[in-house]
Amino acid sequence: MTWRDTLALAMQSLGAHLLRTALILLAMSIGVIAVVLLTTLGETGRRYITDEFQSLGTNLLIMLPGRNETTGGAPPMLGATPRDLTLGDMLALERSPYLDKVTPVLVGGAPVSTSDGLERETTILGTTAAMQRVRNLTLAQGTFLPVLDPYRAAPVAVIGETIRAELFPRRGAVGEWLQVGDRRFRILGVLADEGVSVGVNFNDVVLVPVASAQQLFNREGLFRVMAEMPAAVDPQRAIADARRIIMLRHEGEDDVTLITQDSLVSTFDRILGAVTYGIAGIGAISLLVAGILIMNVMLVSVAQRTAEVGLLKALGGSAGIIRRLFLTEALLLSGLGAALGLAIGVLLAMTLGYLWPRVPFTMPAWALVAAPTVALVTGLLFGVMPARRAARLDPVVALAKR
Amino acid sequence: MTTASGATVPGSVIELSGIDRDFQLGEQVVHALAGVDLRIASGEYVSVMGPSGSGKSTLLNVVALMDRPSRGRYVLRDTDVTALDDDELARARREHIGFVFQSFHLVARMTAFQNVELPLTLAGIAPAERRARVTRALEELGIADRARHRPDQLSGGQRQRVAIARAGIMRPEILLADEPTGNLDSASGAQVIDIMERLNREQGVTLIVVTHDAAVGERARRRIRMHDGRIVADISS
Repeated sequence: MTWRDTLALAMQSLGAHLLRTALILLAMSIGVIAVVLLTTLGETGRRYITDEFQSLGTNLLIMLPGRNETTGGAPPMLGATPRDLTLGDMLALERSPYLDKVTPVLVGGAPVSTSDGLERETTILGTTAAMQRVRNLTLAQGTFLPVLDPYRAAPVAVIGETIRAELFPRRGAVGEWLQVGDRRFRILGVLADEGVSVGVNFNDVVLVPVASAQQLFNREGLFRVMAEMPAAVDPQRAIADARRIIMLRHEGEDDVTLITQDSLVSTFDRILGAVTYGIAGIGAISLLVAGILIMNVMLVSVAQRTAEVGLLKALGGSAGIIRRLFLTEALLLSGLGAALGLAIGVLLAMTLGYLWPRVPFTMPAWALVAAPTVALVTGLLFGVMPARRAARLDPVVALAKR
Repeated sequence: MTTASGATVPGSVIELSGIDRDFQLGEQVVHALAGVDLRIASGEYVSVMGPSGSGKSTLLNVVALMDRPSRGRYVLRDTDVTALDDDELARARREHIGFVFQSFHLVARMTAFQNVELPLTLAGIAPAERRARVTRALEELGIADRARHRPDQLSGGQRQRVAIARAGIMRPEILLADEPTGNLDSASGAQVIDIMERLNREQGVTLIVVTHDAAVGERARRRIRMHDGRIVADISS
């Protein structure tokens, strides 16, 4: 018997039980839809979070004062208050061959106001010109903070988009005076809309020179020192060198914590990748259930069509032909169900992307291949048993059954 | 059609020797066939009669290659079919044997045309040739106008004619019928017998009919009577 005829006969027998066929297709497609949607959500979450970290800039080294690592040694004799990170430390790091574009961060909150009397409370970031390169900041208007002696408290500021919109709703902000706390700053530029990035919302900040921030908040110690490692440099070398420099300056005390952005991203990537596979597994269980349903239906079908199988055998159908016929039915059920589920799943994922355009919905390619493959394989596996049962039927006994 | 040349060629198409067929019924072994020897020549018209349980249907199933004998030798056209495996048996069934059942055994969801086509489909014959052969067969049996009807839209006589068309579509040398008139009224029954006899007469098909009906059995040139799994009478006229 040709495969064309086998297919036609199988389709005809599926068509003879439309309701049953439709229900099985539904079960199979729900399984595939579940896998497609769940993996899409998992992958989207992973993408979203790693993208966020990636936007920090690649090869970023973050240094914070204090050690947050348990060393297990004897407790220090003196108070464990860590030394501050100072501008001197920052300048020393700048001289390391393994670090590029070192920039300090000093954070505080202060009220800002304009000559129009508009006022609001916001985050003040004290930093240097290098910050623009480190965080990949772009400007909508004007210029960034100029390259200055970091100890010089110049009265200049760069503001975020939200601040501009709220304090200068009807006029240009560049060149205007901005009152921050008890000081006045000349606005040099406005940052482009950056969106929310992990850590800081750059739309809602005022950037000033680090020395100005030190005076504003009357504080010496830095909140962070950020540095970019040149691409050719091994991060471990850079970390070791930064640590060596700080220990030299801190009387041999290793009292800073160093974080690479790479390690953060890869950690999140690993965790969320595992989560995606996990939920794909959950989706696959529904495929398994659909496969068992197919087996169930095929067994019932073999039982109901015993006489027909006997007839096919009496008319010269070999066991192989009968087996292929029933396997084809099972494969048709799972294949059509998978195709249907894939179409609906992709459509639903696209609808999600349409409803929430800002979320980067991504369907993982492996899931689009794996879901229908698993569906077909379960269909085949669970179709084998009923098909073999049909093929083994004795024609005389089968025909006697009515 | 061709002349009845098959009938004049001597030599047996079916040769059974020492055939036993045992069935296990619980603790008890039933000998449905016990030492059956039978030679049937090509083109013969044979009827098999006997009471229920005499083994006549089992004999037919063995001849039809649907049932394997427990012991004995069966040579079908120079081939010892007792040595064949299942796939070879299926092939031999397809090529040599047509079977007509008491209860027709048409596939309910298929049209008359598709039912007749089924053996050709199983044999892997091309669709164009299938169409031509089925159309001709339906015409010869006077049911061409019923080709698109499903079995539940046909009368009993029409159904059995579809079944005969199906049994003959592969041009088998042997046509076996198990109580072909059992589910029919006498008029339709007579027509069905007439059709099968015509196949025997005009195409030289070897015809074996198992029946309860003495009137049907008496029409055959050779009449076999069975009892308790044995052939007790074999009369040729």
